[in-house]
Order: sequence, then C-alpha cells, then structure tokens
Amino acid sequence: MEKTTLNVEHLCASFFTDHGEIRAVNDVSFQVPKRSIIGIVGESGCGKSMTARSIMRLIKYPGKIVSGSISLVGKELTALSETEMSNVRGEEISLIFQEPMTSLNPVMKVGKQVREVVLLHRRVTKKEAKAEVLRMFEKVGISEPEKRYECYPHELSGGLRQRVMIAMAMICRPKLLIADEPTTALDVTVEAQILELMKNLRDEIGTSIILISHNLGVVAELCDYVHVMYAGRIVEQAETFELFDHPRHPYTVGLMNARASLEQQQTVLDTIPGTVPNLAALPEGCSFAPRCAQCGGRCHECVPELTEVLPGHFVRCHLAQQGV
Amino acid sequence: MEQKKLLEARGLTVEFPLAGHKKVHAVSDVSLDVMEHEVLALVGESGCGKSTLGKTMIRLQEPTAGEICFRGTPITGLSPKAFRDYRRQMQIVFQDPYASLNPRMTVRGIVAEPLETYHVCESKEATTERVVELLEAVGLTADHLYRYAHQFSGGQRQRVGIARAIALNPAFIVCDEPVSALDVSVQNQILNLLKDLQGRFGLTYLFISHDLSVVRFIANRVCVMFLGKLCEIGDTETVYSKPLHPYTRFLLDAIPKADPHQRRKERLLLAGELPSPVNPPAGCRFHTRCPYATEKCRTVEPQLQEVEGRKVACHIYGE
Ligand SMILES: Nc1ncnc2c1ncn2[C@@H]1O[C@H](COP(=O)(O)OP(=O)(O)OP(=O)(O)O)[C@@H](O)[C@H]1O
Ligand SMILES: Nc1ncnc2c1ncn2[C@@H]1O[C@H](COP(=O)(O)OP(=O)(O)OP(=O)(O)O)[C@@H](O)[C@H]1O
Ligand code: SF4
Ligand SMILES: [Mg+2]
Ligand SMILES: [Mg+2]
Repeated sequence: MEKTTLNVEHLCASFFTDHGEIRAVNDVSFQVPKRSIIGIVGESGCGKSMTARSIMRLIKYPGKIVSGSISLVGKELTALSETEMSNVRGEEISLIFQEPMTSLNPVMKVGKQVREVVLLHRRVTKKEAKAEVLRMFEKVGISEPEKRYECYPHELSGGLRQRVMIAMAMICRPKLLIADEPTTALDVTVEAQILELMKNLRDEIGTSIILISHNLGVVAELCDYVHVMYAGRIVEQAETFELFDHPRHPYTVGLMNARASLEQQQTVLDTIPGTVPNLAALPEGCSFAPRCAQCGGRCHECVPELTEVLPGHFVRCHLAQQGV
Repeated sequence: MEQKKLLEARGLTVEFPLAGHKKVHAVSDVSLDVMEHEVLALVGESGCGKSTLGKTMIRLQEPTAGEICFRGTPITGLSPKAFRDYRRQMQIVFQDPYASLNPRMTVRGIVAEPLETYHVCESKEATTERVVELLEAVGLTADHLYRYAHQFSGGQRQRVGIARAIALNPAFIVCDEPVSALDVSVQNQILNLLKDLQGRFGLTYLFISHDLSVVRFIANRVCVMFLGKLCEIGDTETVYSKPLHPYTRFLLDAIPKADPHQRRKERLLLAGELPSPVNPPAGCRFHTRCPYATEKCRTVEPQLQEVEGRKVACHIYGE
C-alpha cells in the first residue's frame, strides 16, 4: 500500500511578465505522508499559494508550471489532460482558498453551491445530494444547517463562510486537502474551532492535509511536518518537534526568536532586520544573505543546496551544512 | 502613583442605520477612561466594535449618544472650528499600510500635510527639516523624502503612517491594528518602534489588536469587548494571569503557542456563533455562547463591577 499521498519533486513555477521571469516556486520538493498534516510557513509573497495552485493546476496566465513532478498516490498530475485534471479536483484533491469570499459565488445559495460539487462527482439524485450536504454542514459545526443551506454567502459571518468552504472541500472525501491560510481572516476563538475541525476530519475521514500559514503557532499546534519557505524556495524541512526544538536555518531561527520574544514578553523584541527580497531581482547566492547575521563569503556566491543534516531534517544553508 | 485622565468616554453608543428601521448596534453604552501616558489595548472578536469605538473616541465617527471629554473638556458638541485645536492632539494609525497612504503623494507630502494644515513651520525649508526629523524618529532617512508610498514595503509604509501621526506632537494616538497586515519578521520592528516613541514622547495609545501576545507586550491595561460592550478591563498582567470573564478566558485559551510541546489535548472551545449586532441578545450579550449562563444572564444585563483588582461585567461575580 502507498504510504505517501502526495510527492512533489523539483517543482518550478513562474510568472512571465514584462519585467522578466518571476520565479514564485523554485525547485520545491516535499512529500505528504498518508493521514498526515504538513505545514508550509513563510512570509507574504514567498510562494505558498503558488505552490498550492500548482498542485491543483490552477495557475492563471501569465503564470505557468515550468518543470517538476507532482504525483498523487502514484498518478502524475502534470501529465493529465485538463478534463482528467478537473475530475481530480474536488474529488481527490480539494483546495480551500485564502479568501473565502472570492471563491464562493455571491449570487448562489451556499447549500446549492456545495450540492453542485456532489452532483458533479457522484451519481446521486438532487435530494440525496442535499441530504449529504446537510450531514456535512452538521459535521463541520454549522448550526441550523437547513436554514444556512438557504443563505447567500454575504449573509454569513467569516467563520461560517470558512466552514462552508471546508464542507465543500471535504464533501467528496478527498485524499488530499490543501488549506491556504484557512484561519488568517478569523479571530482566535473561531480559529481554534476551525483547527480542531480539520484535525477531526483527518482522524475520521483519513484525509491528508497541507496547511499553509504564516502563523508559527497554528503550525506548531496542528502539523506533523513543517516546510519553511523563503523567496520561492524551501529553506528548511523537518518533523514539527525537531524543527521547533532545533531550528537550523538562520531565517527559521529568526522567525522563532521573533515569535518567542513576543510570547516571553521581552522588553525589546527580536527582529529580522531588512525585508523580503523582490522575486524579480533575487540576490545572487543565498536569498536570505542580505538579512543574515551569520552570512559568510560563500553565501553571496552560490545558492546552498537543500541538504539532510540529520535524518529527516533538511536545511538550505552553507553554514548549517558545515555543522556549525 | 497619581494618574490623570486624558480621555473620558461616558455612555458612548454608536448605531448604524440599516434599511427597514433596523440598525447595527456597533457600540452600546460604553464608558471608558484613558489615562495620561498609558497604552490601553482594545481586544475582541472581529466586528465587535473596536474600530468604531476607537474612531468615536477621536471624533472621526460621531456617536449616537454619549459624551467624550479631553482633559476634562467635553469635545462631543464642539463645532469643527472649536474642535480644530483638539484634532491635532488626537491622531490615528490605520491597519492597512497599503490603503491608508495616498499613492500619488511623496513621503514628504504625506508627512508635511498636517504640519502645513496647522502652519507649524515658518518656511518650506523648515517643514522639510521637520519631516526629516520625523522620518528619522521612525527609522527612515532623508533619502526617502521624495519617494512614493507604492515604492515602499508594508513595514516602511507603516513607518510613514506613524511619522505622520506623530507630526503634530499629539497627546493621543489610536493605533488600529497597526501590525496586523505585516509579516512576522517586520511586525516586531514596528512594535519596538511604537513602544520606543511612546516612552520618548510621553504618548498615550489606544491600541486595537486581535493578537493577544502583541497586546501583552505593548499595553499597560487591556479592555476586552464583546459585541459592542465591555466585558473586562484591568491591568494587562492582572487580566492575563487570571482572566475572570468567561469570554476573556476563551480568548486567552485560544491563542496557539509556537511550541508543539504546549499543544493542548483539552482546549476550551467556544460553542456557537457570534450573535448579530443587528439583534444583540438580551441580558448578557455573551449568554448564547457562555457555558455558565443562567436564567438571570438571559434577561438581566450585567454591569461592570470591581472584582479582584479589575472590572468585570458577569453575573458569576454577583453578590
Ligand atoms: N499574477 C501575477 N503576476 C506576477 N507575479 C505574481 C502574480 N501573482 C503572484 N505573483 C508573485 O508570486 C509570488 C508568490 O505569490 P504567492 O501568492 O504564492 O505568495 P504567498 O506566499 O501565498 O503570500 P501570501 O502570504 O501573501 O498569501 C509573489 O511574490 C507574487 O508577487
Ligand atoms: N459605516 C458603517 N455602516 C454600517 N455598519 C457598520 C459601519 N461601520 C461598522 N459597521 C458595523 O459595526 C460593527 C462593528 O464594526 P467595527 O469595524 O467597529 O468592528 P471591529 O471590532 O473593528 O472589527 P474588525 O476586527 O473586523 O476590524 C460591525 O458589525 C460592522 O459591520
Ligand atoms: S547561508 Fe548565510 S545567508 Fe544563507 S543561509 Fe546560510 S548563513 Fe544564511
Ligand atoms: Mg497566499
Ligand atoms: Mg477594526
């Protein structure tokens, strides 16, 4: 039996603009083991959403997958025709978008929108489909499902809209759920409910989950493995406890110190000086070098390889590779 | 320690009319003192009325009812002309550094605008000099003077917004989620800056945020809001070390810790949904979600009362 739900290898995706090629996803490789929740963290613009959209093959012009392989339980997604791919979407992989408002149809009742997904992938009557939607609504914690079924998106709160999105994504019991910042627009109390819900769905339905977030707290709470992205590349990947206990990449360390200094209420907070580089004008060598305190000569010359420093712990840093 | 009141809000109510004689009860009968030189945080769920309360405190939003006093003088009824001298004392920094700055203005133009409106400087050169001073106070330099806002990163834009807010030496600044739109690595830079400026210029902040770790770092006192009402207010450490209002407890328990060893098996999870501000529940507005709600909570509205060194509005702590 397959142990891996998803295997991404050397994925590159770019936007081709008047200002040249913007490499939003740069040689990204990772696996999603069965029934696991993996996290992708990184700052705004580092390529998290583009990675998700590449897996779904939903990149819009002028963006494009340039190279690499994406295999879902042995099926190579990059080789599928558009028709084959649309059968995979919703049925085998679902994506919860970052902005729930833009992905729900504003002029269609939410119940009907979810029912459409069932009708698209299953041979059932409308009545059976509706019953299934109502069961799913209940499962994701939507109170008064009958009443909500008849609501338009704007009549629901942000938390409820996100639940509808999750119901829609989970209704066909996909093998893989990609949740792109599913709680970023919500406040902590609703966030806690949604995270709990995703964990329960993994346990009950056995769906593997990719959780995209820039919140280290959310990732620490939920994920089994974490991948840290910076400027289009994965710079560190490890099992969650290992990553939080022994971060090796200076960027990961910087992120953790920033968060920890806040949680520990230091009088002056730790920061990472500088800002994220422009993807259209990446520095030569390591993309983090201009902000890195440990930066040495080689860092400005060549891009470090993603190297296994301990079993299962990969780091893309010249320094960490020397074992310092 | 003697503490003087800078701002006093009495019975503030803000309602937004909707079609069909309905209205949004954004802020309902809130009374609040802001002390000189303190950082008072305002926290609560999205839509609970934080921004509305903040804007009303500095008269960017007119209240439906209630009164605001600045250093003892009522300012709610003042004409625009009479209010002018108070306006410069009260500034705001907005959440979205992308939307809050005019993209067609240079940084000099943006920061100089309030200085020119109030004829603070004698000449153009003096204004520019003052702008440079302000830019340096927020960690920018004279090199940035003639650049446009769209050429800046989010963190840099927020610095420009802060420079403008402090330009007139205000006493009071409403910081409405000033770091929410920023990346983690930049958020701390801005928080350090805000704290530094507060100490340096003796500023008073009303600091609105939904990140409770940020609040704990910056605020002396914290005020928890739920659906247009205050439910708990007290010194930050008092409230954080022992929250008393059930809603405050849910709020603090919900913060995910950036440490997988602290994952909780049993989390306090809030049931139900945020009630609508169009039809707020009778009695305690939190009762539809509160696990401790009794008959009294459904009918009688709890008032803020002193309990264990802070104020709480909850019947659990009744006589
Ligand atoms: N249509 C487009 N044309 C050109 N560049 C684009 C386009 N869409 C996205 N990009 C660029 O691709 C990069 C990756 O974007 P992506 O949306 O994946 O970031 P992200 O990590 O999801 O960020 P966020 O946390 O803000 O959602 C960004 O730097 C962005 O500027
Ligand atoms: N101009 C307006 N007209 C009608 N309703 C409004 C207006 N401004 C705010 N509201 C409503 O008043 C309530 C309080 O809004 P407010 O923006 O103060 O909330 P908030 O606590 O700042 O939320 P957030 O955390 O999302 O910023 C909300 O229900 C909002 O929809
Ligand atoms: S390389 Fe330097 S800049 Fe990059 S990753 Fe390592 S220490 Fe850093
Ligand atoms: Mg994104
Ligand atoms: Mg607000």
